[in-house]
Amino acid sequence: MKSQHIKVLIVVVALAAIAIIVPNTNSFVILLATRALAFSILVMSLALAAIAIIVPNTNSFVILLATRALAFSILVMSLDILLGYTGLPSLGQAAYLGVGAYLTAILATRYQFGLGYDFWLVVVFGILLAAALAAIFGLLAIRATGVYFLMITLALGQCAWGLAYRWNSLTGGDNGINLRARPKFGIDLANDVTFFYLVFGLFAVSLLLMYTLVRSPFGRSLAGIRERELRMKILGYNTWLHKYIAFIIAGGFGGLAGVLWAHTAGIVSPENVVLTTSVDALLMAVLGGAGTLVGGAIGAFIVFGLREYLSTLVPWWQYALGAVYVLTILYLPTGLMGIPERIRQRRPATGNREDVKKMAPVTS
Amino acid sequence: MTITLLRRLGPPLLGSVVALGLTSPANAAEELRIGYVAPTTGIFAQVGKDMVDGFQLYLDDVNSDFGGAKVKFIVEDEQAKPDTAVTRAKKLILQDKVHMLVGGLLASSGYALAPVSTADKTVYVVPVSAADDLTQRDLSKYPYMVRTGWSSSQPSHPFGQWACDQGYKKIAAIGADYAFGYEVIGGFQRAFEACGGQIIQKIWPPLGTKDFGPYIPTIRQDADAIFTLMVGPMSLQFPKQLAASGNKKPVIGGGTSYDEFVLPSMGDEVIGHVSALQYSAALETPKNEAFVKKYRAKYGKVPSYYSETNYTTAQMIHEVIKNNKGNFPGVEEFVKQVAALKLDTLRGPVTIDEMRNPVQNIYIKKVEKKKMFGYDKEELWNTVIKTYPNVSQFGQFNKDEFLKTPVYGRDFPPCKFCN
Repeated sequence: MKSQHIKVLIVVVALAAIAIIVPNTNSFVILLATRALAFSILVMSLALAAIAIIVPNTNSFVILLATRALAFSILVMSLDILLGYTGLPSLGQAAYLGVGAYLTAILATRYQFGLGYDFWLVVVFGILLAAALAAIFGLLAIRATGVYFLMITLALGQCAWGLAYRWNSLTGGDNGINLRARPKFGIDLANDVTFFYLVFGLFAVSLLLMYTLVRSPFGRSLAGIRERELRMKILGYNTWLHKYIAFIIAGGFGGLAGVLWAHTAGIVSPENVVLTTSVDALLMAVLGGAGTLVGGAIGAFIVFGLREYLSTLVPWWQYALGAVYVLTILYLPTGLMGIPERIRQRRPATGNREDVKKMAPVTS
Repeated sequence: MTITLLRRLGPPLLGSVVALGLTSPANAAEELRIGYVAPTTGIFAQVGKDMVDGFQLYLDDVNSDFGGAKVKFIVEDEQAKPDTAVTRAKKLILQDKVHMLVGGLLASSGYALAPVSTADKTVYVVPVSAADDLTQRDLSKYPYMVRTGWSSSQPSHPFGQWACDQGYKKIAAIGADYAFGYEVIGGFQRAFEACGGQIIQKIWPPLGTKDFGPYIPTIRQDADAIFTLMVGPMSLQFPKQLAASGNKKPVIGGGTSYDEFVLPSMGDEVIGHVSALQYSAALETPKNEAFVKKYRAKYGKVPSYYSETNYTTAQMIHEVIKNNKGNFPGVEEFVKQVAALKLDTLRGPVTIDEMRNPVQNIYIKKVEKKKMFGYDKEELWNTVIKTYPNVSQFGQFNKDEFLKTPVYGRDFPPCKFCN
């Protein structure tokens, strides 16, 4: 009971700190906070690595949550390629999670496939199938931009949900599919810690691949399209093809997230493909900071932490989640990862003002 | 096949042997930790509240004392999403080290929680989730699960017979488009057609439909009666819109279309509608009268079957723990002892069949407006008009033949008399 109070207190203090510091961005306090925040982001990335070491000694429920958040992070980051780097806000990303997850579940329960070394084949199939679906959806969606793109991806995502919900003989309909075992190949993934390492590893690889992608010339031209598509067209870029390829790649990573998600949760249901899952992913990306990749993972960890951990402690977790969203949108339109950048921009500005003040007596 | 089975079952069996060897039996007067999973936020939050309140009322009645064991009742929010239910169940098992899991509202939650109980070798008691196959075709996968509520099609089997007895020949069915709807309507169809009736139409509006405008006009005029299966807000909207369309046919329906969870919010248009379930708040037994009064005094509303089934579930757990002098007897033994219970409960006498589903009375209930239990206002109540005693999940059918047919679905039983 006592430790519960302490945990609640920590969350409350953290939220209060954000609420107090952020509006007073001009005060001296923020300069101190800046250092602390820049430091904490460094710490956070170190922490991610540290998790890998600490985890075996923690409560297994926390490991389970961390695994879920990591698997979902891959989906959020895949969405970030579209949202943050290409400027395409998709509302149908959950469809690819669904494809990967349902493929894994169906292969495992019907054909006992993917429960040994062939798990890696399932990973490949999951990525390919999700990419293939994205290739089909992309043909329909990429022609549109802005709100129309949002609407088309929403509709396509709901088509995938409809299939999952109504194709009873294959997907089990509303009841979903249970996976009764995790794969076993040399290592036994039924152990939550072992499985955490696997998901962590694949998360790290995905992050690296996506990071390389967005820094590549291809990724740069995506950013160009996001900023001004017409100019890119005039420069001779085939912008449609660029967007189409980005869409397919994002779908592929979504499929990978799905394969991992199926084994993490142990159950696949239409709930995973429904619109709210896509919206969740979008919110996490925005919360962490669109166009930063890692931001998506941070957003996922914060939302999962509040929704699935805080909710086991207190009944008012929904208010905390709401407060985080509102505060982020009001004060941090660039997301949590935007904090250092905002501070960097502010510093020279305040510096200049001081210069002006110093200069003032001289000129007058 | 046997080899894969062995390979699958081997490690858990081995694990259980080790676990049994290591854990010493709990001492008397220890605490009994019950992990309870129900939706306490989201669209099903009110149903979840009824579930928790029912269980809590029983705990309050016995002062949280189960034969010397102090009960620690831990509620977790499943949000009516299967994978949240799994996470919460894991939390209860790993962090709180509960002796048993109880709860789960929707069929999908039941299907999600049952494998967790198998994997983590924890008792799972199912008070509400009604998915037929949990205690039918899939039973062997869930050795640590026992149901204290009902299976979806259980009330439908005697109800189909009742419909024949009323002289109905042709019935049109309209029900929510998901597994629970298929099972309730499927069970009714099997029983009704077995005694010579005909289901001439099946209409499936999506779950959560609020505007039945597109569906009501398509109900065939040559039907003698309409069978409805609604849940949640659908239950409120459908009878209103059906009455507004000028319907004169008798309306009968699955238990959730008229249970006490929705009944107080309904209008007079539902008077005379008939439904079937294992409980009615209007049961005129001294036990039930006392329960309704107590529940109403405490929570300000008439108990629904969600409240009753959880009250009764708590009573069953109490009974087993009491028989063991306040000790938790171990996972297998607990399930075995629950399954052997013979209890006189709020809903009537209950025993548990060999497939771990209750055998109980099914009540055919008619909505009437009247005063009951000394309350001064006229209200809607589900008056019991006929009781089918000791109905099993297979009803009037042979168990083995029943299990050879597939589970009720959108297309099973096939609609032979449609068109």
